[in-house]
Amino acid sequence: MPAISVEQVTKVFGRGETEVVAVNEASLAVDGGELVALMGPSGSGKTTLLRAISLIDPPTRGRISIGGAPVCDGGRVLTDDRRLRREKMGIIFQSYNLIPFLTTVENVALVLTLNGISGRTALRRARELLERLDLGRRADIHPATLSGGEQQRVAVARAVVNEPAVILADEPTAALDTDRGKAVMELLRRLGQERRAAVIVVTHDHRMLEGFDRVYHMVDGRISEDDAGRGA
Amino acid sequence: MEDALSLVRVMGADLWVVQKDTNGPFAESSRVPEDVYRVIRAVPGVREASPIAFQSVQLRLGPRPLRVQLIGHRPGALGATAAVAAGRPIVRSRYEILIDKKAGIPLGTKIPLGRATFTVVGLTEGIVSSAGDPAAFVSLRDAQELQFLKANESIRNERARLEADLRAEPALADVPGSALAPIVQDTHLVNAILVRLEPWADPVETARRIERWNRYRAMTTPEQEEVLAKSVIERARQQILLFRIILLAVSTVIIALIIYTMTLEKTRDIATLKVIGAPDWKIGGLILQESLTLGLLGFGLGALLIALIADYFPRRVAIVPFDQYVLLAIVAGICLLASVLGIRRALAVDPTTALGGGG
Repeated sequence: MPAISVEQVTKVFGRGETEVVAVNEASLAVDGGELVALMGPSGSGKTTLLRAISLIDPPTRGRISIGGAPVCDGGRVLTDDRRLRREKMGIIFQSYNLIPFLTTVENVALVLTLNGISGRTALRRARELLERLDLGRRADIHPATLSGGEQQRVAVARAVVNEPAVILADEPTAALDTDRGKAVMELLRRLGQERRAAVIVVTHDHRMLEGFDRVYHMVDGRISEDDAGRGA
Repeated sequence: MEDALSLVRVMGADLWVVQKDTNGPFAESSRVPEDVYRVIRAVPGVREASPIAFQSVQLRLGPRPLRVQLIGHRPGALGATAAVAAGRPIVRSRYEILIDKKAGIPLGTKIPLGRATFTVVGLTEGIVSSAGDPAAFVSLRDAQELQFLKANESIRNERARLEADLRAEPALADVPGSALAPIVQDTHLVNAILVRLEPWADPVETARRIERWNRYRAMTTPEQEEVLAKSVIERARQQILLFRIILLAVSTVIIALIIYTMTLEKTRDIATLKVIGAPDWKIGGLILQESLTLGLLGFGLGALLIALIADYFPRRVAIVPFDQYVLLAIVAGICLLASVLGIRRALAVDPTTALGGGG
């Protein structure tokens, strides 16, 4: 059973003459521990699909299941989307989106505290993870003093710390140079495999595809799997 | 309120006998013959009765005039304050003055007052009038002269007028002018008679008895306090209350604007919180926490400031714990109200603003 399956998902904006089909009957399934890329030019619907999968902006039609349990069907959200995201999903942003008034370790621990874990335990677990990612010495400083690569590694730590079933990353390397970008992708792949999480990465950078299990392409809202990407 | 009633309480009287049909001696003018206290002393249940005079005077000391509430009492009798913080009480019958520390006048200072010069022999602490003026104690005789003794020219004029009236009345034409002197120079008036009762005496019943037989008004100390509170202080309280309401309303608006602006600045962070799954109540709680922190910081700063500068206010500032708790509750309420706008804004933030829109 895939960790996440997306079936015939469509996202339509506007009505009548102004109607725009941003995602058109997209389907994909990702197993736990698998790393897949979602590629495509600007405006192809990658981020819209990511928003739909995360239920931030639910799809107009189609079905999304996490661990076999449907969370959205026929445009109807069947669960508390916030709860789903904090318990089952880890989300990584293009511009890191760390909370500036929290320290690095507090940023990571935030997801745990949102899941009801006590502050002290959450901080301990967050610190352990940061140390594993060689960010232990940066744990007690604020994100503004970190480099871009470090901030994104902290964002990755925040996304995986609650051991989610699905990790969604929206252009996580867009603001990084190639080496740092690859390091972040490698980190995602490693943590995803360790934690048996399905990792979906939206990217338009072909240089980052090394190590991906599969690559999906999106053009004008339609999705197609690139067999050449398998095992690349 | 504490200040306004301090003078009534420090007198230590159970009853206040004043001119009939008046609310004297603080709320209204009251004049009572001094020797009435002897009659009142004979009323059953009365342990002690003593005349007392009150008046507001302006001292001419230094560049700025200083208003004080002057109290004239018989040395050692009822009305003589026991709370002497420095120096000694009044022991001589003339030209000694006991003054509250708030006036800032040191012991031994010579104060010109009326026709005489008084020496500061003692200091009291925390005794002020309802207007916030420091209290000063002198002997009854000194106070009577200050209040009732007319100027020499005035006395001469009145004497001449009386003599003219007598000459117009054949039956009294032989009365010598010198016999009129005590009439026009009579200062044996006071503003009230203070009464202390025997422990077994009922204040209300004794007051009614004094009123019935002596044609004066007798008020119990709680009645006197009520008169003072309702007629003298109430308007000032209402005015202060109005200022407070305005200040609180302005504070609410200011805190609301600050919180709203801070929320706008954090739009992206709030969107991120929504994306990573923070529930609305958690986000609202953060805004409320921010608002409460702001309010409590303001409250703490205000409390510290008032504690540091309270002594420099024209009137004594009484910091009562109960009032502080009430104010704290009001501040919390204001913060709650002020955060509503920010919380509404935060809940309206679209989580998609946290994500890029490139693809």
